[in-house]
Amino acid sequence: MKLPVKMTINGQKVSHEVEPRLLLVHYIREVVGLTGTHVGCDTSQCGACTILIDGQAVKACTLFAVQADGATITTIEGLAKNGELHPIQQGFWEKHGLQCGFCTPGMILAAYQMLERYPKPTEDQIRHQLEGNLCRCTGYHNIVKAIQWAAEHMAGKK
Amino acid sequence: MATVVQERLFGKAIKRREDPRFITGRGQYVDDVKLPGMTYAAFVRSPHAHARIRRIDTSGALKHPGVVAVFTGKDMAGVNSLPCGWDLRKEKNIPGVVQDLAMVPHMPLTADVARHVGDPVAVVIAESQAAAVDAVDRVKVDWEPLPSVTVTDRAARSGAPQIHTGAPGNVAFKWEIGDRSATDAAFKGAATTVKKRILNQRLVANAMEPRACIARFDTATGELTLWVTSQNPHVHRLLMCAFVLGIPEHKVRVIAPDVGGGFGSKIFLYNEEVVCSWVARQLKRPVRWTATRREAYLTDAHGRDHVTDAELALGRDGKILGLRVKTTANLGAYLSTFAPAIPTFLYGTLLNGVYTIGAIHCEVTGVFTNTTAVDAYRGAGRPEACYVLERIVEAGARALGMDVAELRKKNFIPKFSGAFQTLVAVSYDSGDYAAAFDRLLQMLNYRKFRAEQEAARKQGRLLGIGFSTYIEACSIAPSKLVGALGAGAGLYESAKVRVHPTGGVTVYTGSHSHGQGHETTFAQLVADELQIPIEQVEIVHGDTGAIPFGMGTYGSRSASVGGTAILMSLNKIKEKGKRIAAHLLEASANDIEYVNGQFQVKGVPSKAVPFGAVSLTAYVPHKYPDNLEPGLEETSFYDPSNFCFPFGAHACVVEVDRDTGAVQIQRYLAVDDVGKVINPMIVDGMVHGGIAQGVGQALCEGAVYDEGSGQLVTGSMMDYALPKADMLPLYETDRTVTPTPVNPMGIKGAGETGTIAATPTVVNAVIDALAPLGVDHIEAMPLTSERVWKAIQAAKAKR
Repeated sequence: MKLPVKMTINGQKVSHEVEPRLLLVHYIREVVGLTGTHVGCDTSQCGACTILIDGQAVKACTLFAVQADGATITTIEGLAKNGELHPIQQGFWEKHGLQCGFCTPGMILAAYQMLERYPKPTEDQIRHQLEGNLCRCTGYHNIVKAIQWAAEHMAGKK
Repeated sequence: MATVVQERLFGKAIKRREDPRFITGRGQYVDDVKLPGMTYAAFVRSPHAHARIRRIDTSGALKHPGVVAVFTGKDMAGVNSLPCGWDLRKEKNIPGVVQDLAMVPHMPLTADVARHVGDPVAVVIAESQAAAVDAVDRVKVDWEPLPSVTVTDRAARSGAPQIHTGAPGNVAFKWEIGDRSATDAAFKGAATTVKKRILNQRLVANAMEPRACIARFDTATGELTLWVTSQNPHVHRLLMCAFVLGIPEHKVRVIAPDVGGGFGSKIFLYNEEVVCSWVARQLKRPVRWTATRREAYLTDAHGRDHVTDAELALGRDGKILGLRVKTTANLGAYLSTFAPAIPTFLYGTLLNGVYTIGAIHCEVTGVFTNTTAVDAYRGAGRPEACYVLERIVEAGARALGMDVAELRKKNFIPKFSGAFQTLVAVSYDSGDYAAAFDRLLQMLNYRKFRAEQEAARKQGRLLGIGFSTYIEACSIAPSKLVGALGAGAGLYESAKVRVHPTGGVTVYTGSHSHGQGHETTFAQLVADELQIPIEQVEIVHGDTGAIPFGMGTYGSRSASVGGTAILMSLNKIKEKGKRIAAHLLEASANDIEYVNGQFQVKGVPSKAVPFGAVSLTAYVPHKYPDNLEPGLEETSFYDPSNFCFPFGAHACVVEVDRDTGAVQIQRYLAVDDVGKVINPMIVDGMVHGGIAQGVGQALCEGAVYDEGSGQLVTGSMMDYALPKADMLPLYETDRTVTPTPVNPMGIKGAGETGTIAATPTVVNAVIDALAPLGVDHIEAMPLTSERVWKAIQAAKAKR
């Protein structure tokens, strides 16, 4: 049995028929073909698949594609606008907030919502808010710095 | 002619060139690759730690919709065991062998007995991932469960279940290093001796990207292409072709595209990529397999897992007279690719540390257990050595009532350059150990800290400081030396530098980047040497179809070994360029020098040809020297003459909650000496990440097997505690710079230092915090709040 799903991903309307058990992350990666959203675990611990659903940072492995029917989604591929990096992306580049790059899309999108909630986050707030995202390369030091950089530059723009 | 002097890029913290694709989601990892007609593999794995396979019934799975094929070990006739690339046998004159290594077979799909939970016994190939996974449940395996052993120091006890017929008593090998009688004599003459049991628990590398592979067989060309999460694609190809599948190496192309971290776990040849390569040839369709995280826990080679009894002999003055170490190393159920080297030549040879020691003896027994195979994990043997030494040295200082910093200072090997011969075979290249430690104490303001600690203790607070001063052997490795020690491979590196007609440069390196940033650091090196804009330089890695050969990335070898190979090719390019330029300038090649991106007559910048003009002439050789080949492309292989030995000193300040045992890190400081540094930002980043992994081992990580069932209890990210952002501080880092004389750039290697140093640093800090309560040692890590709380209660009960 397959069910129809429709959603808007990075401004593009997509619709497919999918198995009800298909996870949203696999839908995005395998059906829609956007492979920037990564799968690092099978227990919703790592956060590599974090995306924005209707503005909320969500781990795309925690719901089925059919549950996201009608949703507006932003993945890492949709964050830069008109070829210009988002300040969070820029911050990760400036501050060496990534090494292997695998956790990075999830980190950036988790940071996106973090900075909406806490536009001027303290170091403790950043660390606490990153609880759901694992990185094995950076020891988090430069991820914290990257998010601080982004916060400063986003404050300047508002 | 006006020349623009380009800014030196060597040593500059430039932003990474690979980042734009990663921060926009356009990296391409193995699981991102999709091929027409692709099938999906899912493995049937043993649910038992040890069980005989009576029968496998695949008929139900074959009937499942979407299933293309099912294969078991019996179907793979003619396919050989996965090889172990390190030999430890007396007949090969490998030094220190007490009992020969038992070379036990490791079949890609085991057909007779499963020896650990997760051991693959069959593979299902289907049109979709979902169908393959569903059909795995329909493969019926008739199991005869057997008793199992998972505990390191119980594997070789009498009565333990026998795992391999070729390894009686589950002993894989026995090995020793150092001087037993000199060490015995040192202990007899000692004023104080301390003895501790020191456990180094089993870890799982946990690269964020799970292992994956795609195999495609091209029936038209007969070529097999394998995309695989590998740190060393040429090594994968060589082992798979020459040892396992027996297919011609020149008909196989291995591609390791973007790889999401390795930390050692992606060095090795694994069952799954061999099976998928074999299946692709059978079915003539592409096959993809990607590990779930649970499969990763069960099958990625684990790290560490030592049980050690260590003894230190000290003089009244605090001088280290002797060190005696007895270690049992758990190798798991099979011999992984480099497993025997890790607890021997990468462990015992590091026990001299940064100290002048009177005598050392170390003996190691490798054992088989019903657990996942153990091999190199970041640091690989060196963290285990450092942990033993730095724990026992602090225990010795406490026994003498001497300050831990003072005892270290008394025993440092004095500054040297050229060579320091240790008591455990290796000869250090250069070192100034006191300088790094002094810098650390200065950053820390050590005296002030001790005063604060005293005040805190009066208020009942448990504040502690821990140190470690470490040495590591990297820039792996001189081929002749490692060959004499049992390595089945050479450990040089290759680099091909291709200068294009229009002056652009492509470098094909055998090193592989899976987070290290080679596309930046190697480009810095090239741009700096040739004095051309970095935009003109491209670095290609991870493809046996493009790169002549390569031994890959591990053992902190990329910049020092891979980078030197690039430098050698650049020098050849310059030499040839001089001959071309000399012809154009009507001068002698001996009179040409390469300065600021141009070939010029020595001391006459006005008589010059720019790099681009020379490269164009090499490909349009109209006005060209006789007896010189056209083209501008050079390949070099660099084989180092010695290991390089980075060193440093780390410190950590912790506060322990006396009611809960919870450990909080307040400060973490690191002074590392990795020789010359190409990109300090990248090196700092590697140090940070290494520290986090070392802290992880000290405080939260550990692979735990249930003793009765042999099940891996910590088999998911819910159960295996990885360090998170909120348990770590900002690290305070600095460097001293003692260039190595081993390679021309003076680079030592930086990838593993943090992991090696951090674990003892943190544990020593916790012990220091608990010292007023009478705790002087905790045998096992991680130091979870429960374990620390128990240590506090046990100390209270003793009083």
